[in-house]
Amino acid sequence: MINDVTLGYLIFLCPLLTFVINGLFVGNRNAKAAAAIAVTLNGVSALSAILVAVHYFCSTFAPQKAVLFEYTFLPFIDDLVARIGMLVDPLSVMMLVVVTFISLMVNIYSIGYMREDRAEGRFFALLSLFSFSMLGLVVATNLFQMFIFWELVGVSSYLLIGFWYHKPSAVSASKQAFILTRFADSFFLLGIVLVSYVVGSFDFSAINSLSLYPFRTETIDLGLCVISKANALILGSILIFTGGWGKSAMFPMHIWLPNAMEGPTPVSSIIHSATMVVAGVYLVARLFPFFAVCGDSLTIIMWVGAFTMVFAAVIACTQKDIKRILAYSTLSQLGYMMFALGACKIGQAVVTTGWTASTFHIFTHAFFKCSLFLIAGSLIHQVHTNDLDAMGGLRKKMPVTYVCSLISILAISGIPPFSGFFSKDEIILTAFQAHHYTVFALALLTSGLTTFYMFRLFFLAFHGEPRHEGVKAGHVHEDLAMTLPIVVLAVPALLSGLLGKGLFEKFFTPGKLHAPVFVKLPEASWIPFAAIGIAVLALAIAWFFYASPKAKIQRALDAENRSGLYKVVYNKFYFDEMYYTVVRQFIIGGVARVSRAFNDYVIEGLLAFSVWFIHKLGDLVRTAQAGYLPFYLGTLIVGVLIWRFFGQLPL
Amino acid sequence: METILFNLIWIIPLLTVLVCVPLSATRTGILKAIHATSATIVLLIVCFLTYRVYALTGEPANELAAPLALRFFTDIPWLSMMGAHYTVGADGLNILLLALTAFIVWGGVLVSWNIKGNQKVFFALIQLLATSVYGVYMSFDLVLFFVFYEMEALCMYLMIACYGSGRRDYGGKKLTLTLAFGSSMILATLFGLYFEGGVNSWSIMELSKVSLPMEFQMWAFPLMFMGFAVSSSLFPFHFWSPDGHSAAPTAVSMLAAGVMMKMGAYGCLRVAMFLMPEAAKIWLPYVVALLIFNVVLGPFIALRHKDLKYITAYSSISHLGLIFLGLAALTPVGLRGASLQMISHGFLTGLFFATIGMIYERTHTRDITEMGGIMRKMPFLGVGFVLAGFAGLGLPGFSGFIAESTIFIGAFQQDSTLTRIVTVLAILSITTTAVYILQTANRMLHGPLPKKYEGLTDGCFREKLVIVVLVACLLFIGICPGWIADMLDTSIAPIFEKISAATQPVISGIGG
Repeated sequence: MINDVTLGYLIFLCPLLTFVINGLFVGNRNAKAAAAIAVTLNGVSALSAILVAVHYFCSTFAPQKAVLFEYTFLPFIDDLVARIGMLVDPLSVMMLVVVTFISLMVNIYSIGYMREDRAEGRFFALLSLFSFSMLGLVVATNLFQMFIFWELVGVSSYLLIGFWYHKPSAVSASKQAFILTRFADSFFLLGIVLVSYVVGSFDFSAINSLSLYPFRTETIDLGLCVISKANALILGSILIFTGGWGKSAMFPMHIWLPNAMEGPTPVSSIIHSATMVVAGVYLVARLFPFFAVCGDSLTIIMWVGAFTMVFAAVIACTQKDIKRILAYSTLSQLGYMMFALGACKIGQAVVTTGWTASTFHIFTHAFFKCSLFLIAGSLIHQVHTNDLDAMGGLRKKMPVTYVCSLISILAISGIPPFSGFFSKDEIILTAFQAHHYTVFALALLTSGLTTFYMFRLFFLAFHGEPRHEGVKAGHVHEDLAMTLPIVVLAVPALLSGLLGKGLFEKFFTPGKLHAPVFVKLPEASWIPFAAIGIAVLALAIAWFFYASPKAKIQRALDAENRSGLYKVVYNKFYFDEMYYTVVRQFIIGGVARVSRAFNDYVIEGLLAFSVWFIHKLGDLVRTAQAGYLPFYLGTLIVGVLIWRFFGQLPL
Repeated sequence: METILFNLIWIIPLLTVLVCVPLSATRTGILKAIHATSATIVLLIVCFLTYRVYALTGEPANELAAPLALRFFTDIPWLSMMGAHYTVGADGLNILLLALTAFIVWGGVLVSWNIKGNQKVFFALIQLLATSVYGVYMSFDLVLFFVFYEMEALCMYLMIACYGSGRRDYGGKKLTLTLAFGSSMILATLFGLYFEGGVNSWSIMELSKVSLPMEFQMWAFPLMFMGFAVSSSLFPFHFWSPDGHSAAPTAVSMLAAGVMMKMGAYGCLRVAMFLMPEAAKIWLPYVVALLIFNVVLGPFIALRHKDLKYITAYSSISHLGLIFLGLAALTPVGLRGASLQMISHGFLTGLFFATIGMIYERTHTRDITEMGGIMRKMPFLGVGFVLAGFAGLGLPGFSGFIAESTIFIGAFQQDSTLTRIVTVLAILSITTTAVYILQTANRMLHGPLPKKYEGLTDGCFREKLVIVVLVACLLFIGICPGWIADMLDTSIAPIFEKISAATQPVISGIGG
């Protein structure tokens, strides 16, 4: 009775049903009912996903692809048909489990976190819409379906980031997130249109099995230039990647992600771990065989990822807002995933270990990052501010949270045997094996920075003396609904690397590639030790500055002491300001203003002129009709004379 | 039976006006009840007939109507001395537009419940307007078509000048005179078509069987196309629409932007392109250049405006530009996208103007800088506006996305340089659309609530009903676009066949 197809439907329909029921019928009237519905249905969804995963990986069918169901959504011409379907392969099954599980945890957590909000029903509805959109995205069988859910992910994030719409900062953050990702999406859409035009299909199976060879000779007119179809495909691959560039908040389109912290913390948690930002990495992973044949697109991807990784890690070292530190750490980790995919290319050949490492990192990162955000939410709930200034000394008051956060922080720092070690180590290894030594060095450096800023956060929040009046007075407790998901998430944060390694190495390969694949790779067993060494060193430095008895914490947190480079980094290299200047001065004050002036003065002016001209013409004719007899006579005579002189006028 | 019902679509509104004539203007309750009932009846009839047309897809149609596959075909001699007939019929394209009109008229009647001034005349004018729009979409005879087409601009003028707000005299005059200018261009080419056709008939089907001489087509096509494009506000004839919309009362804005502006695009497709396909092939790739203003600059202009109705008017201008992009693509997908956009945009702009009207009724201002935080006081209306905005920026799930993506894919199939450039620009300008829609929604609905708006109330049942129905239509098309695409495809097929069969003759001058 219950087969995989039924379970597949359940995975989707439960969040959708939650959205419909909570959004339309329960609403904000009955918060308890809304929460109960959300948790139950998301629980069913998570359970189904886990069952599907177990069934899939335990069957002999495992690493192959299958389409559980597929409907025709909108036919265009010939094979160009938009379909909605459910693709099952190791990558999508892994993502299904991650998304549903994280979403369940976040829903449970929200019961506690949103308890005092008056719009709980709306919150649970939107949260489920979010996970529904992400689920649709990960099981997409074709680019069109991916774009549909891609946009839905964008809009649900907009609604959730701006959930507290009476707060101007939240509203503007949500607007910024939506518009920046939308900007990237417009290129994505252009890429889809271009690639589907050349290939004649939206299906991943068709696009991934492509080889550029047959397209060399045909040309395509792109308006400004005529290029061969092979080059058009390369251009298309870069345009498609641009979609992921924006969604995964890679530099320089990263600014929306830290600002998106204005949303409620459960939202940040789900955005950063399972939905939304990993979509960009997922897109590249899904289309990897296509990117692999498309010339240098993977190299672009690698550099974009690597730069974002270092850039974000540097900023994270100076921030004071606990959620912003985590946001920059997400950016940095996304950089790892992205560059691991890009680093797979060596000349014309490809190594597949980077793909495996990257997807593995998506998996492990989801758990510890979700856990970290939920922990941050718990802290914020106690001290009512995001500022590390006000925390400190929470170790004794929140022991469970303390232990769980230690696990997650060790995981993200890449200390064995915690989960992050295994995936991050493989990414660094890939960079080395693929001979990208600069990126390899950057990755090692970033791994040190990661440990430093995470332990900085950890020491400032939990160690030292309490700096908050409420904490000093002892008004701190651990809420059950909020602590339970944190504890549950600590388990995969601890174990998912150890247990997942075998699974990923066995099943996770990017599919059939049309580029030569390197099988024999150089050994580098010293790399894990180097990585651990750097991490431990960074930990020691963090301890020295922020937790040792001699540490001057007040001085470190004091705004007065920021100067020079530190100040520039603290202000995030002034990217927010640059954006505002460009948008205000150039777009709204420039292009839009000129367009409106063109319309209001040139077009309306021409209109006014033609109206004036017609009036004048009327005046002219009217003066001729003045009833003055000699004038009539004169014109008559002149007319007759002209007629006589010029003779056979065709009148 | 169904044929009679079909003919009743335009007769019922006219009868309603006649029925209301003897009633005193003070008995507004009864008047409104009668008008609402009649609008609902028409709506139900049209919905039923739409379903019938869908169900009949694939079955042989009336042979008299060949090459079009028309249902409910009626052909009665009318002005026999000049060969004009009363010819009406329905195919997938126009029955859907009729359905759209019925929905918007129904919504328009319901939202003008509290209109100030003589309500008896106002509702009568709405019904007359409805009659004329129904007539335009139904008729397949050019004289009949033109009569209805002219009637509509007249009703529009009266309603704006008498019931409008702001610069209503200026707006109404601008609108009517510009539309009359377009009509004069159409009229000239209609006579040309009649005499060049030489079959003593004004029927679109009859004329389509004649192959018109190239010299005639080369001047008649641009004239007629631009004449129709005036009412669809194609650059440079878009200037009437912002002033006209902002001066008009809510129901008129809904009807003008929702259905009347589609009449132009419909005329371009059904009359100009269908009857003069050779010239269409030559001229349309150049028309695309005009769209740079509509599609690319339109959203930017909307960004600079503060009046809600101006913003929506420029948004309509940009969305209507996409219709022309689809038409100019001259591919089956493009034409289908254009027709989808006509329908989709009708619903979404109807919803836009309806919510704006409701909000204006309460706040008494349309300036977004003066508003703020009204989402808290009017959650329902606010959500309605946001949903209209989402549909407008092409969010999947709503019909706008289906239409836009179809147009983009269709337009990209066209291999001409200019079309490619404009298509690329159009795709990239989806961001600008998002910017002005979100900016408007944020300024108006979010943020702190000004003191003076503490006493605002949310929509009443009647208003909620309008919003719910329009949103449901948008979602319905957006989630199940397959059937509507089928219907449109079958009715576009003969038009596209004619265009693709048109061999491009070698002539000197442009395009050759």
